[in-house]
Amino acid sequence: MKQPMVNSRNTEQRDLFRGALEMMVLQSLHRQPMHGYALVQHIRQRSNDLLQVEEGSLYPALQRMLRARLLTAKWTMSPTNRRVRTYQITAAGTRHLEQEMSSFEQMMKGIYLVLSPAEG
Amino acid sequence: MISFRQIFKRSQIHDDLAEEIQQHLAEEIESLVAGGMNRRDAEFAARRRFGNTTLIEEQGSEAWRMPNIEGWLSDLRFALRRLKASPGFTLTAVTTLALGIGANVVVFSVLNGLILRPLGVPDAKNLYQISHGKNGGDAQAYPDYRDFRDRDPSFSGIMAYKILTAGMSIDNATVRSWGFAATGNYFDVLGVQPALGRFFHASDEHGLGSAPYVVLSDDFWRRQFGARSDVLGKAVKLNGHPFTVIGVAQRGFRGTDVFFWPDYWMPVVNAEQVTGWSDFCCRDHIEFMVMGRLKPGIAPQRATESLNALAAQMAREDKKDDGLTLRVREPGPAGNENDPVKKGLLLIMLLAGLVLLAACANLASIFAARAADRAGELAVRMAIGASRWIVLRQLLTEAVLVSLMGGLLGSIFARQLLQSLSSWQPFGDFPTRLLVVPDASVYVVAIGLSLASGILFGLLPARQVWRTDVVQAIKTGYVWMESFRRFAMRDVLLAIQIVVCTLLVTASAVAIRGMERAMHVALGFNPQGVTVAQADLNMAGYTSDSALPAQKRILEQAQAMPGVTVATISDDMPFSGGGGQWFVYRWGTTDFVPAHMSFAAATFQVAPGYLHTVQTPLLAGRDFTWHDDKNAPNVAIVNQTFARMLYGDSTPIGQKFALWATAKYQIVGEVEDGRYHAVGEKPQPMMMMPLAQGIGGYMSTAATVLVRSKLPQDQVASALHRMLSHELPGTPFMVRSWSDSVDLSLIPMRAITVVLGVMGLLAAVLAMTGIFGMASYSVAKRMKEQGIRIALGAKRPQVMLAVLGRPFLLLICGSMLGLGAGLLTSRVVAHLGSLATPSDPLVMFSVCLAMILIGVVATWIPARRMLAIDPAQLLREA
Repeated sequence: MKQPMVNSRNTEQRDLFRGALEMMVLQSLHRQPMHGYALVQHIRQRSNDLLQVEEGSLYPALQRMLRARLLTAKWTMSPTNRRVRTYQITAAGTRHLEQEMSSFEQMMKGIYLVLSPAEG
Repeated sequence: MISFRQIFKRSQIHDDLAEEIQQHLAEEIESLVAGGMNRRDAEFAARRRFGNTTLIEEQGSEAWRMPNIEGWLSDLRFALRRLKASPGFTLTAVTTLALGIGANVVVFSVLNGLILRPLGVPDAKNLYQISHGKNGGDAQAYPDYRDFRDRDPSFSGIMAYKILTAGMSIDNATVRSWGFAATGNYFDVLGVQPALGRFFHASDEHGLGSAPYVVLSDDFWRRQFGARSDVLGKAVKLNGHPFTVIGVAQRGFRGTDVFFWPDYWMPVVNAEQVTGWSDFCCRDHIEFMVMGRLKPGIAPQRATESLNALAAQMAREDKKDDGLTLRVREPGPAGNENDPVKKGLLLIMLLAGLVLLAACANLASIFAARAADRAGELAVRMAIGASRWIVLRQLLTEAVLVSLMGGLLGSIFARQLLQSLSSWQPFGDFPTRLLVVPDASVYVVAIGLSLASGILFGLLPARQVWRTDVVQAIKTGYVWMESFRRFAMRDVLLAIQIVVCTLLVTASAVAIRGMERAMHVALGFNPQGVTVAQADLNMAGYTSDSALPAQKRILEQAQAMPGVTVATISDDMPFSGGGGQWFVYRWGTTDFVPAHMSFAAATFQVAPGYLHTVQTPLLAGRDFTWHDDKNAPNVAIVNQTFARMLYGDSTPIGQKFALWATAKYQIVGEVEDGRYHAVGEKPQPMMMMPLAQGIGGYMSTAATVLVRSKLPQDQVASALHRMLSHELPGTPFMVRSWSDSVDLSLIPMRAITVVLGVMGLLAAVLAMTGIFGMASYSVAKRMKEQGIRIALGAKRPQVMLAVLGRPFLLLICGSMLGLGAGLLTSRVVAHLGSLATPSDPLVMFSVCLAMILIGVVATWIPARRMLAIDPAQLLREA
């Protein structure tokens, strides 16, 4: 299984931990259904251009989540009158997102405690 | 989560993804163009940023992959391709297995239908038959039954029935019919319900002749009454006596006998009306099958003990029950350990299993050879990372695929055969059936056998895969076989085939020899050219007292028929399928109880001239005359066995014996021994009484007309038909050739001979191909080596010995083993009524000859190839 990878623009490539891309995709789709290109743009804008999702990671990740029934996909027409495949999060996907978010928060808290300067 | 559909949706998924990626690129390009870049640069930039689209498509599709199922599916496709590539091999393998599995399915289905499947009644497992102890039969006397029913504590209910035959008049036509005369509680003990109307019950019995009812079987109702529902309340006549149809049994209920399916059931209290024969008087009229249901918690063994305690008490009360022993057993052949049908079927099942084993052994060596041919390829696959299990799975898939195809084909053939066997009625209108149509359990066995044999012959070559040294195997010219010096798996496989083959060839040789002897056995009479008509004058309204004049009149008419050389009349004849026996007592016996009898003798009541007509030689004394009638002293003619058993070596003429107190006989003639029921039977005592005298004053109403003529059988038969229709209007009768009746008695032996013959042939072909395969392989692999030996001066016989010694050694050892096992099996075959024994020199000789022939034929071509070696050319080729 390949690790999802995210490029941070203008800096060196850095591997994100497993599941970060999925979490961001699920969270983005949780706000509103989107197609692939829109997802890339959305994540870039939200991260203030810090994160650039690599298409080579995004599409396989979307397929994996489709298979795991975290998402559904259907062909629709975009506002710019283009045929696009729009992804929508399922109930299972929402549950999955919540679980991942809470364990992610736990982990961040832990990492933060370890990295913060020792007190006293 | 994963549906099979997804596997087949693969191309849809791929197409969607490809289009999505194209749209993504287009959108990116547009946005770059909108940002001021020219279109050409924008296209390159978008592509650069996106990366390798093909790779992303691949990675996207990969998410949907199921490695196990897809691996297996591709194994399956590969196996199919391989099988298609070698149609000769596929055809041979599938046919071999189809025959092997088909034979097993047929035999198992028959075994299942006749022995394993319980009777079609509720809770059949709790239904037990009360039989005589030791080697006694099943039939009981009615008064004894009454004692069991009323006085034994282990059963919750006991019923009894006997088979009777009668002419049933429906409207104006009369047909022969066979039914059960059953006790009133018959249906209640069984716990069955009628499909129409009602059954009779114990409460319907109010003494002799009080319940003139019949319950029809579903089959008889459809056949004779057109399945009409207004049949209830209809009046029919049984042998002229009025009966009322009160019910129809359910379709699945076929009585309580495995082979005999009654046309109807009637209360036993009315049986005497129909047969003119008292059932209730005597403890030595043993005619009833007795079955009961055990009380909860009581084991058959305990019931046997309590019944025997009762029997001992009954013997103290009535001397006729002296020596009565009983046992409780499962009904039908299943519960009888000495039943010849059961023994024979189990033996054949065993042999069929061996044939399948030989087929598997044969295929295992072919598969091993095919795997060896692929040694290089398989080694490369393993070298680049395929696990041994993946390689093995591929080999197994191919084997199981072949075995399932063989099993399917075999089951289809088996089903056809079994269906025709099930609708077969060997005895004319006598309702005998072989319910052997396969049911679910048979198909489960078929699938199980197919899978098991596939795995068996697929796994044996797998040993090679497991032990492959990859580095060695990749090298060219590697021989993927164990050393030729040691005995290898292939030798064991071949030995199994040879042993099984010899065993089956021996068994079938014994059966064939027995059959051949049966054809020439002295029957004690000559059935050739004799046509027989059988009727019961009882069905035409005659009684024991009025039958004789009608019998004489029929005989005169038969003698006057054109083309008739001689004719006679009797109550019954040998090989009729029926036949009564009487207990014979020594002269001077005072207590006529079964415990004191000398033996039971087959009994025929015959007219004067019977011996001349059937061509039974009279050894001493005289034939009967019409003056031997009720007013003359009782006389009898006996056979040699009868005479020897009662009087030793002294002449029987003038000697006396008794059947009971008022039936005492003087012997006036002695005839040669003959066969009376089966060709293979042991010599039996037989006696004949004058038809005009009856037995102890009891005159038979049966009429068996035997006519010898030189005219074609069908002409005689139709003349007999006309004559009897005229003499006994409206009475059913049966006309057939006597030889056919004798042939009918050979059916079980014929069946065994055919089955063993087919299996023997199959095993012989398998052994032959097995030896051929091994010899040719051995020749092919050692051609070069032997070529060098010849070039160095080895003589051809030495070379032959080196190459073909192994197969021949196996053939000889295997044959010896097989012959030994065959001799053991054949003992059982001999028990089943075959006249030959395995120690018959002709049998031994033919088996040895057959095995030598198999060896010679199988090694002929490889040996020719070996002899044709041209060392110079061989060495050049290398």
